Amino acid sequence: MLNMLALAAASSAPNAALPAVHSAAGDAHAGAEGAANALSGWISGAIAAPELSWAGWILGLPALAAIVCWVCAALRVKNKLPAIVTVAALGGAFGLTLALYFSYTGHYHSPVTVHLYDWMRFGWTAEGGSGAAFGSAEAFIADFGLYIDGLTLFWMLFVTGLGTLIALYASEYMESDVGGDYCRFFGSVSIFLLSMGCLVMGGNLALLYLGWEGVGVASYLLIGYYYGKPTAVAAAKKAFVMNRIGDLGLLVGIFLVWRHFGSIDFATIFKAVSQPVAADAHWSMGLIPFFLMLGAFGKSAQIPLFTWLPDAMEGPTPVSALIHAATMVTAGVYLIARMYPFFLLHPDALHTVAWIGGMTAFVAATIGLLQYDMKRVFAYSTVSQLGFMFLGLGVGTTFGAGYHVFTHAFFKALLFLASGAVMHGFAGQLDIRKISGLRNVPGFKIVSWTMFVGCLWLAAFPFSAGFFSKDEILYVAMTDPVHGSPVLAWIGLFTAFLTAYYTFRVWFRVCAGPVAFQPGEESHGHFHPHPPRVAINGVLAVLAIGAVLAGVPAYIAFFGGENWAEHMIGMSSAAQGVPSLGTSAAEHAGSAAHPTILGFDGHIAMFALSTIAGLAGLSLAWYFHLANRKAADSLKQSLLANPLVGWLPRALENKWYVDEIYDALFRKPMWAIGYVFAFVDKHLVDGTLVLGSGRLTAGLGRVFQPLYNGVLQGYAVTMAGGLGLILAWIVWAWMGGGGT
Amino acid sequence: MILRPAPILAETAVSAAGVYAASPQLLQLSLAVSVLLFVIGLVGFLTRRNMIMMFLCTELMMQAAALAFVTFSRMHMNTSGQVFVIFILTVAAAEAALALGLVVLLYRKKETLSIEAWSELKEC
Repeated sequence: MLNMLALAAASSAPNAALPAVHSAAGDAHAGAEGAANALSGWISGAIAAPELSWAGWILGLPALAAIVCWVCAALRVKNKLPAIVTVAALGGAFGLTLALYFSYTGHYHSPVTVHLYDWMRFGWTAEGGSGAAFGSAEAFIADFGLYIDGLTLFWMLFVTGLGTLIALYASEYMESDVGGDYCRFFGSVSIFLLSMGCLVMGGNLALLYLGWEGVGVASYLLIGYYYGKPTAVAAAKKAFVMNRIGDLGLLVGIFLVWRHFGSIDFATIFKAVSQPVAADAHWSMGLIPFFLMLGAFGKSAQIPLFTWLPDAMEGPTPVSALIHAATMVTAGVYLIARMYPFFLLHPDALHTVAWIGGMTAFVAATIGLLQYDMKRVFAYSTVSQLGFMFLGLGVGTTFGAGYHVFTHAFFKALLFLASGAVMHGFAGQLDIRKISGLRNVPGFKIVSWTMFVGCLWLAAFPFSAGFFSKDEILYVAMTDPVHGSPVLAWIGLFTAFLTAYYTFRVWFRVCAGPVAFQPGEESHGHFHPHPPRVAINGVLAVLAIGAVLAGVPAYIAFFGGENWAEHMIGMSSAAQGVPSLGTSAAEHAGSAAHPTILGFDGHIAMFALSTIAGLAGLSLAWYFHLANRKAADSLKQSLLANPLVGWLPRALENKWYVDEIYDALFRKPMWAIGYVFAFVDKHLVDGTLVLGSGRLTAGLGRVFQPLYNGVLQGYAVTMAGGLGLILAWIVWAWMGGGGT
Repeated sequence: MILRPAPILAETAVSAAGVYAASPQLLQLSLAVSVLLFVIGLVGFLTRRNMIMMFLCTELMMQAAALAFVTFSRMHMNTSGQVFVIFILTVAAAEAALALGLVVLLYRKKETLSIEAWSELKEC
């Protein structure tokens, strides 16, 4: 505790009231004891930093761009102004993020909070202090503020950076739609990036939720961009509904956090959760990570909510790149990494995350094996890679998961944008059976070779960035004594083999081999390929360089240095999942035995296994899809002809029938229940109760209607009769009637 | 008709106040006249179709009530009943002016005094 105070003093050095005390906090290579102290600092020692309030413009610029784009849409602007504004704003946001990175790292040694303005404040007590009393929720306070630490910056750097590049690419890709649609597209992209920024930088769970829903809305707008196309509309609806299922989990999780900690500010809840949990804590506290993970599964397309992501490629290709690489699907990984202290309290929660992740990785990879649509293969590869990230989170390496997000963001954006360039050039053709030898088609050289880089990285070719990040996850899964699970590690290794195969199946089919192509359905008349111009090629080249550079931290670590990603994630609430800092590291040091796999040194064995898996998949793809394409077809024919195994390729091609199963399990019963309810509503509620009560009064009225016959004396007789009856009763009572 | 409490009450009233007491027979006779007047009015109201006659019948019923008030006032040696009668006469005068005016207006509309001409508000 004293150490923490010293740390807080050290971290407030810029406006120093106390002399700066050098502490081991920032040093990732400290011993186990120092590491534990550093951890408590990074989790619970947030300080206010009003001098960083300019960082609010990272959110402000995309917001302004969105407003300008929608105003342009209203004014029917028919030029590229919306694209220019969006790219400029996102570039500005990236620049500001870089500036924030440089003014934060090295100068602050704890998370900082930046209060921008008061947002929601409901107090029940006179003071109404946020989180003044744990467990007795007396105030609900959610201010518009930022929470900045290593994880925030790590995420924002690639979100804004890739967002800018994708917007630049889209400015050329979408140029056939210049006009109202173009404005709508860039307006939605700006909202997307604004929401993602809000999600990542928000200082409390309400802001995170705001961003979370914002990306949901923006993805709905963008996936359904071609709203005249029924499949696009259905895909948008599916994405939105599936996300809503997850969002409900997140929402309940936030409610529970507030219920138990009296606050939803990250700074407050992390401080509270780093205290020992009271023995009499309510059982519902254990549910917090489970509800949060349901939200993450929805947004990050994990089993059982993964089917929306492959359908989401109905949107324009830059949107797919945006969703798959930079923004939406990484939100689930971010949520779990951010709330990692809550997950660490419940080992079952981490095991669930690991198993869901491992299973998703495997199932999605098997589906990817037999898809013919290029973008669909890459979409399933995203689901699969996200599964790897969740596997990493679940086995206790937030570093592996975060680094994999980072490398994946580059190579997946690259792959989607490259396949978008193919689609753009061949009038919508995406079928890998109908395009071949792309690298020899004039103008497609850059596309082919940048795609090659993306494929190598996705296939985890040895010494590529994707290799190192995936390796870290599998290594921890294999060796971690606390959270690790060798079974999942072997499944992951097999999935890595499948990944290498299906990735290079696409590349060898499309980019290699003899030149042959058929145009897609958007072509009219005489067709010749339409090669990409400077914006698309430039962005692809930059992304390929970025993908290469994403491996640099791993190379530095390989030669004994410190991995930059590890350092960044170590400076955050996810620090306990970073090997050199976390609990597993402490035990690791304590046990004094280096982990081994199959009797060999852990690191070397893992490198060897990953290399074998990657190269085996690659060579299998080379044999079947480049050297001997006939063999692939005949193998498939013989498999289909064999009744014992013929069901397998059919099931894979039909995506394990998951959509059909969901249709039968949920949609059809819902439909039936809907019909029952409609029947009940129409006949019981409307027919009997509502109309029936009306008819009852009308019928009674008709019975008594003849009494109102308009003859005045008739009424008078009734009155006199009544009077007579009353009199008779009085006299009868007077005369001692009634037996008294 | 036997009204058991009346004679006793009348006797005590006389002895207590020490003034001239009307005989119970006289009081009963007044009440009988009141009842007779009321019944005549009621039957007249129910049987006649002429609006003026119906109006006069209601006046009869009202005066029957006034007579009953006076009688009971005398019987209980309490002046409240007589005060009531003054009010009834005033209201009856005002009401007669209004009602006759209404009858004249109604006659001008349909050129008849029959009440059967006025049944627009009937339900069927």
